Amino acid sequence: MDSVILKTAIRFLLPLLLLASVFLFLRGHNDPGGGFVGGLVVSGAIALYAIIDSASAARQMLRVSPRILIGSGLLISLSSGLAPLLTGRPFLTGLWTTATTVGLGELHIGTPLFFDLGVYLVVTGVSVVFIFSLLEE
Amino acid sequence: MFLWLLVILTAGILAPAVNRLIGSRGGWCLALVPAGVFTYLLKLWPSVMNQEEISAHIDWVPALNLAVSLRLDGLSLLFGLMVTGIGALILVYAGGYLKGDDRLGRLWMLLLFFMMAMLGLVLADNLLTLFIFWELTSITSYLLIGFNSDRPESRASALQALLVTGGGGLVLLPGLLLLGVAGNSFEISTLVGNAEAIRQHSLYVPILLMILVGAFTKSAQFPFHFWLPNAMAAPTPISAYLHSATMVKAGVYLIARLHPVLGGTTAWFWMIAPIGTITMALGAVLALRATDLKQILAYATISVLGTLTMLLGIGTEATLTAALAVLVAHAFYKGGLFMVAGAVDHAVHERDIHKLGGLRSAMPVTFVAACLAGFSMSGVLPTFGFVAKEAWYEAIGHLAEIPFLTASILSNIGLVAAVGLVCVKPFFAERTEATQKAHEGGPAMWGPPLGLGIGGLLLGLMPTRISELLAAGSHAVTGHEVPVHLALWHGVNVTLLLSLLTLAGGITLYWQRHRLGGIYASLNPVIHYGPSSVYAWLLKNVNQLARVQTAILQNGYQRFYLYTMIGITVFSVWIALGGRIFSNLDSLPLDYRVHEVLLVGLILAASFAAVRAKTWLLAVGSLGIVGFSVAGIFVLFGAPDLAMTQFVIETLTVLLFVMAFSRLPEFRRLSSGRTRRRDALIAIGAGATISALLMFAMTVRADRPVSEYYVANSVTEGHGRNVVNVILVDFRALDTLGEITVLAIAAIGVYSLLMLRPAKLTTIESALDERSDDSATTDPHTAQLATGFSPGPEQEGV
Repeated sequence: MDSVILKTAIRFLLPLLLLASVFLFLRGHNDPGGGFVGGLVVSGAIALYAIIDSASAARQMLRVSPRILIGSGLLISLSSGLAPLLTGRPFLTGLWTTATTVGLGELHIGTPLFFDLGVYLVVTGVSVVFIFSLLEE
Repeated sequence: MFLWLLVILTAGILAPAVNRLIGSRGGWCLALVPAGVFTYLLKLWPSVMNQEEISAHIDWVPALNLAVSLRLDGLSLLFGLMVTGIGALILVYAGGYLKGDDRLGRLWMLLLFFMMAMLGLVLADNLLTLFIFWELTSITSYLLIGFNSDRPESRASALQALLVTGGGGLVLLPGLLLLGVAGNSFEISTLVGNAEAIRQHSLYVPILLMILVGAFTKSAQFPFHFWLPNAMAAPTPISAYLHSATMVKAGVYLIARLHPVLGGTTAWFWMIAPIGTITMALGAVLALRATDLKQILAYATISVLGTLTMLLGIGTEATLTAALAVLVAHAFYKGGLFMVAGAVDHAVHERDIHKLGGLRSAMPVTFVAACLAGFSMSGVLPTFGFVAKEAWYEAIGHLAEIPFLTASILSNIGLVAAVGLVCVKPFFAERTEATQKAHEGGPAMWGPPLGLGIGGLLLGLMPTRISELLAAGSHAVTGHEVPVHLALWHGVNVTLLLSLLTLAGGITLYWQRHRLGGIYASLNPVIHYGPSSVYAWLLKNVNQLARVQTAILQNGYQRFYLYTMIGITVFSVWIALGGRIFSNLDSLPLDYRVHEVLLVGLILAASFAAVRAKTWLLAVGSLGIVGFSVAGIFVLFGAPDLAMTQFVIETLTVLLFVMAFSRLPEFRRLSSGRTRRRDALIAIGAGATISALLMFAMTVRADRPVSEYYVANSVTEGHGRNVVNVILVDFRALDTLGEITVLAIAAIGVYSLLMLRPAKLTTIESALDERSDDSATTDPHTAQLATGFSPGPEQEGV
């Protein structure tokens, strides 16, 4: 696509979209958002970039292969489910802990967060595979 | 105990790296892992003898009483020692057998995975845990049998083994589930206590039948015996392991394991003992007909498996103990004999006994190993095979069991003759062309079979220690203390005379074996129409059925798939709900707001525009508007999460459509009126159904909506205020895990279609070009869709 307006707008939007996706992912547990939507927003951003430039440029921007994203995502989700087994609790039981940090105050961290991270990566990887395969024909 | 399984699994994962780093000698290192578990099991021996409770337990779904649990008793100890002990020898042997081969690492890996599955199976105390390991042994043995994956017959044999044992597994599962329901528990140790209630249960016979089908297919009992000889396509280390210690004994193990729960009834006796007897005799008969070293051994295994089944079916204390003794003796000699056969094959690349001869001087150590194993198999004093056979004859020497005794003696005569074919013929007869350059393999090749042979001899000379283990095993099988006194010398009695008779008969049969040819020739037609041809017939017809239904249901036209899916959905919804949909219409809430009506209007207008569109961009854009408006409805009805997802999905969909279509030409011709009317009909049907369903859902009120639970527990249990997200990652996380796995599989599908493109694209494209010309006359719209999205039928098989 050769529209200058589109190109400029997307270059400007891209970092915002990526930030928004991380934001959506992190707030997901308490407010609308989550790994699924977050992953979709990233892949939307990549799709836009791939349209104005090329799929190979988008691949370079992504740096990691979508296969790695899918694989590691599944692995992270699975291990976050397996983790409670080590403490003798059933598969996929949520484990939570509160960490006090400088700057961010008290943080609730739990295995569901990592589970969601896995979803995020898988969704991103899968949609990116679809996008690239359509574009690289 | 879980640690043992984990360690073996890890060793399996590391095995390819071991092969790359230190080559075939790595077998000695890898063997340390099962040897370590073996030693640990030996250390637990005294505790098992004292009936101490050794178990491990992990809750799986506590609310449903599902758990993964392991337990070590006499029977599992016996099997565990065989699995790990022989497994260690096999790993060493495999190192010698595939020395210098790139695939050695994979062989070790699969052997270790299989060992893990088998060990888990014999340790499992929970029926479902047992079933999981059971299926794992099926899958890993499939990979093992098909190890030479470049050979079609290897793959066919592997598939056959998988289909037969896997089919049996499918029957086994409901049997185990019903057993769990009838006995009120899935823990075998608990079920033993409820055995009386289970045997009185109305479902007892079906349960027994289903479990036995599973056990019989796994242990190659008649009429499922045919897959076992074909499984000889595997490299010999694999055959040696599957036959001596593991896979095929899993079925026998299951029968023994469930004896205290299900055994002791007439149904038990009549369902098991006759089948075992037939299998025993059939194996012996077919063993003498074969000419391939490994085939002879495979049929001999079938015969022994039949023996074990028969003894378990008769089910007296004495026969159960005898079964365990025969099991141990068989593990020693059959493992040894297979390794000998492999060594011969490795040295001369020939397994046909008619082409073998004079190997005694060329392979002296292998010859000694063959003799030791052969003596044990024929039951010659003072091997353990003799002790086991004495126990066996002794146990069924009563009047009521004379038919079984007769069958046993006849089968054993056949097996003695088979020993002649395997151990005498190749080593003594004249040297042949094939054996001119025969030579001894390395210590990794002759060490393990020699070790097993000597082991069999030592056990025979000192049967007291093994008696102790067999007593513990019998305790587990019968449910109460059983004194076991195996001895090498019982004095001159009827049993000893029977043993001598067997030997004499076997030697005579071997001597006169040329006379068998005529008998077998007359049997050939019967064998030809055996279960193996039934299998072939079934497989052929199932494939034919699949081809026909694929041609009908999956003809490669995207639109047809959609018709099918939508049509069946609409049809089944109306069948299921029928008139009930409109029964409560008056309770439908009817308070519309202006912006809701506006949104609905927008959706309708956009749909209309999509239908009337003359360019694809307009069509895609209009569909996008429909999607966004639906997201708007989600916003209005308080589902921001759904709305957000819908927005993003819709954006992505439009983008993907644009990408896919941007290279296509504009519509050349639009679909005909007839096509449109048909599509409209289907679309209206689908829309009306979904609308009716929604209205129905709104008028039906459950007493307590499921959502209440989620809302109430979201913060306290899931630590999150966003209920939707908490459901996704916590309450229903297992579903999500399944969904992302499906997504990943879909991506693999897309990816592999992409990978095959360079090779096949041209043919597919030209085929599509031809077809789009034909279909353009009927329906150009969908023909274009087809080029963009759905592959033609040519790609279907890929």
